[in-house]
Amino acid sequence: MPGGPGLQSTQPSAQPKSSLQQKYVFKNSKVSIMNKVMPILLLLCACVSILTTIGIVFTLVTETYNFFKTIPVFDFLFGTKWSPLIPPKSFGILPLLSGTLLITVIACLVAVPIGLASAIYLSEYAPTKVRKIIKPILEVLAGVPTIVYGYFALGVITPVIQWLFPSAGIFNALSAGIVVGIMIIPMVSSLSEDAMSAVPRSLRDGAYALGATRFEVALKIVVPAALSGIVSSAVLAFSRAIGETMIVTLAAGSTPNMTLNPLNSIQTMTAYIVQVSLGDTPHGSIEYGSIFAVGMTLFVLTFLLNILAQYIARRFREEY
Amino acid sequence: MNIFEDANRKQIAGRRRMDFILHILFVIATSIGVIALCALIIDILVDGVARLNPDLFNNFPSRKADGSGMKSAIVGSIYMLLIMAPISFIFGVGAAIYLEEYAGKNRLTRLIQLNISTLAGVPSIVYGILGLAIFVRLFALERSLIAGALTMTLLVLPIIIVSAQEAIRAVPRSRRDASFALGATKWQTVSRSVLPSSMPGILTGVILAMSRAIGETAPLVMIGALTYVAFLPSSLKDSFTVIPIQVYNWLSKSKAEFHELAASGIIVLLVLLLLMNLSAILLRNKYQKKGL
Repeated sequence: MPGGPGLQSTQPSAQPKSSLQQKYVFKNSKVSIMNKVMPILLLLCACVSILTTIGIVFTLVTETYNFFKTIPVFDFLFGTKWSPLIPPKSFGILPLLSGTLLITVIACLVAVPIGLASAIYLSEYAPTKVRKIIKPILEVLAGVPTIVYGYFALGVITPVIQWLFPSAGIFNALSAGIVVGIMIIPMVSSLSEDAMSAVPRSLRDGAYALGATRFEVALKIVVPAALSGIVSSAVLAFSRAIGETMIVTLAAGSTPNMTLNPLNSIQTMTAYIVQVSLGDTPHGSIEYGSIFAVGMTLFVLTFLLNILAQYIARRFREEY
Repeated sequence: MNIFEDANRKQIAGRRRMDFILHILFVIATSIGVIALCALIIDILVDGVARLNPDLFNNFPSRKADGSGMKSAIVGSIYMLLIMAPISFIFGVGAAIYLEEYAGKNRLTRLIQLNISTLAGVPSIVYGILGLAIFVRLFALERSLIAGALTMTLLVLPIIIVSAQEAIRAVPRSRRDASFALGATKWQTVSRSVLPSSMPGILTGVILAMSRAIGETAPLVMIGALTYVAFLPSSLKDSFTVIPIQVYNWLSKSKAEFHELAASGIIVLLVLLLLMNLSAILLRNKYQKKGL
């Protein structure tokens, strides 16, 4: 580490080495400088994270403010047509929001039941050996880059969906939603499992002693006791799905569409941001500003959901 | 058994059956994740193995799929890693040391801590927007390697800080006390006792964070990592591309040959990630064996 090993070499050779006492007195003066300087340097490192947040909020707010000078806030929030590139230009975010919600709801319908069932299995049923195999596999699933999931959606899930529902297009919300769901399964299952394993052994033993079967213990004792953790994991998963970018960019298409039909092509907020930044939009144009307005919406939504998840986990936790 | 009446026995049999059925359901649900992972890997291997040849590593991307490679993307990813790793290590570990060893229990500490957990939940594309506004425009770094590396550094910092904090917290109190008892100062204790013994844990966290950054696409698309780069970046201000962006570029073309190229690009990416994760696991095992 900086400064650590260098201390001894800075000692001048002229210094008489006969007295141990002198040597340490000299060294300590250098050491005391390190002791004064390092905490300040380390504090500066820690402040980088605060600067990041300030940077995010500052850029989003100023550019969004500029954007709202041309496009009224009301039109942005409640407009039902999003057509930023083709005239007549129109900036109503509802189609992007509905697209994002459609993907997110599908993803949660996939991830929450499967993730919760996996968590119950891993925490209540699985023998230690099986746990030791399954948990790393789920961790690998969590570490797969999103672009790979995008490939998976296009190459495997979309053909299956088109075979099942011939009316589905190449780009559809269902395929992207399912794959986003698969991506967040590990998150739901590991967070829920953590909550379940925090339930004390004695509660389970009490129920077993009364003659309960394993599923009764799992569903009537463990799940209610761990409910705050489970709900907060679902909220976090929801927020994660809202922010997911590459899967929806690749598999859900780029047609802003106010529809509830999952077989249609839609566009999410994140996919729109990518679409604009791929093209050559000049700095200061209205399209450039729209990135920040959409980004702001995305940031506020995920921020509120994350706060909500933390609040649920803290406020409704059962203490034993 | 004769103390049970018939009705009771029936009820118990019913509950047992319920238990059995749910057990099966839970196993099926758990295996969906495993099956998905297998399907994903098989699909990519089947599509991509044919194109895994020297061309992929030696050639630049081109208009034709045959002979098209991703040399610039592989080199770009490695450069990116080399720039990002030291910067994020210094700032991440520095912040973690401050929070664990120096910070008092005051409002600033709580603010920083809360802030880090909030940043960890910010979608990666928002970091891309930040990078675009701050590094590309404000600092006029243009769409360069250094702008990309700095953006990714901000993205992985919260992950590194949290894992480094855990590693530092795992160093037993007695180790610090022993160092103080020998007359060491605060900084000597931190730099020569606490840091060396928590280093394997810290490095594991840093490697995992780097592997997250290597696979990240969205923020780099935002700051405009070019999708067609037929040269190797020679300075920090040069434009660049990385493996996931090259894959994205190939995937957005309609021809099937380019999708095969994308699959083989994904294989390269996954092998790289596997190697990084493997080294993290080896580090962790070594650390656990030593028992601190």
